Amino acid sequence: MALTIEQPGLLTTVQDQGRIGYYNVGIPQGGAMDQESAQAANKLVGNTAAEAVLECTYMGPSFTVDAPTTIAVTGADIPVLLNGTEQSAWTRIELAEGDAVKFGVLRGGARFYLAVRGGVDVPEVLGSRSTYAIGRLGGVDGRKLEAGDVVPVGSPVGELPSVAEIPESLRPALGGDQELRIVWGLYDHLLTDEGRRRLVEEEWKLTPVADRMGLRYEGPGVEWIQREQPFGAGQDPSNIVDAGYAVGSIQVPGGTQPIVLHRDAVSGGGYAMVGTVISADMDLLARATPGTSTRFRAVSMEEALEARRERARRIEGLWGL
Amino acid sequence: MAEIQSPLPGVFYRKPGPDKDPYVQEGERVETGQVIGMVEIMKQFTEVHSDVAGTLESFSVEDAAMVNPGDVLAVVDEG
Repeated sequence: MALTIEQPGLLTTVQDQGRIGYYNVGIPQGGAMDQESAQAANKLVGNTAAEAVLECTYMGPSFTVDAPTTIAVTGADIPVLLNGTEQSAWTRIELAEGDAVKFGVLRGGARFYLAVRGGVDVPEVLGSRSTYAIGRLGGVDGRKLEAGDVVPVGSPVGELPSVAEIPESLRPALGGDQELRIVWGLYDHLLTDEGRRRLVEEEWKLTPVADRMGLRYEGPGVEWIQREQPFGAGQDPSNIVDAGYAVGSIQVPGGTQPIVLHRDAVSGGGYAMVGTVISADMDLLARATPGTSTRFRAVSMEEALEARRERARRIEGLWGL
Repeated sequence: MAEIQSPLPGVFYRKPGPDKDPYVQEGERVETGQVIGMVEIMKQFTEVHSDVAGTLESFSVEDAAMVNPGDVLAVVDEG
């Protein structure tokens, strides 16, 4: 069983829950940027959370299947067209041999997920099938899909669930303004009080420079404390002596445009991280379209951990359907 | 009248490069499948094609403007 890719879309990659345990040697965790949506797609087709899905960005691929199978599309709001007829997303779709699937024009959100019963069965690399394109690791030949690719699909791993559709109440809201919760640190002490105030009280807009590595925002800029740069740090006040980067950490090169690092980001470097988007809000980031008005709201570590537990319960509820 | 929509978000350009001529000028004829501009997102440039033949009446957005999926980029008078 395989998908034959006719048009690849803009940036379609194989992703799973990520490649955990190698960040210390510079290999990012990767994995689906919107894990909650990816897991919902897997749920609908009788997969476990571990099966690999296709992550599609802004534009979808078109493909045909060489055997009957079951798919589901979740995440961003985009028309799913089966042999030219629109189907419901967040709902299980049965395909017959030779069926053709393509997508319309995006109506909301940024990334959508296509799960196939049995999961995308490319070889595991360092314990994951996720594509890390810069490192040429995982996925199909370590790259995004191209026209003509034949994407292998595994054998079913379990029964189809009784639910064929994710209820509206469990689907994420798309569009509108976003509020991203952050915890301060490790280097927010390098900002002036005014710089800190601007980050969490002013409005920022997502620029088109947003991908799996990071998302860049424009806004009023921040303000740094003037200091003599230490040996080993660059000359700009946004520079530090190299340090490890947390997933979700916010750096502001030059002090103008904050960048939030996402799952394919480098593991370290010389920009001060002034805050970190909490893990519970990383899926939300993946749903932002360019131009999205965004506010960063500082929360305590306790609030961040409670939000993480709440997200875990929500995902558990999804699997309990 | 047919509207040409952007299939994706990004920055719309009417020219293939900064020093190049626009793909097409307002009032000029376009053929089905002809490139009328491109949209840049994530360091990738995606060409935008006209689905119809006719006269490109007007562009609906400025050169180098931010566009969203479904935004009308240009209007073509079919025929």
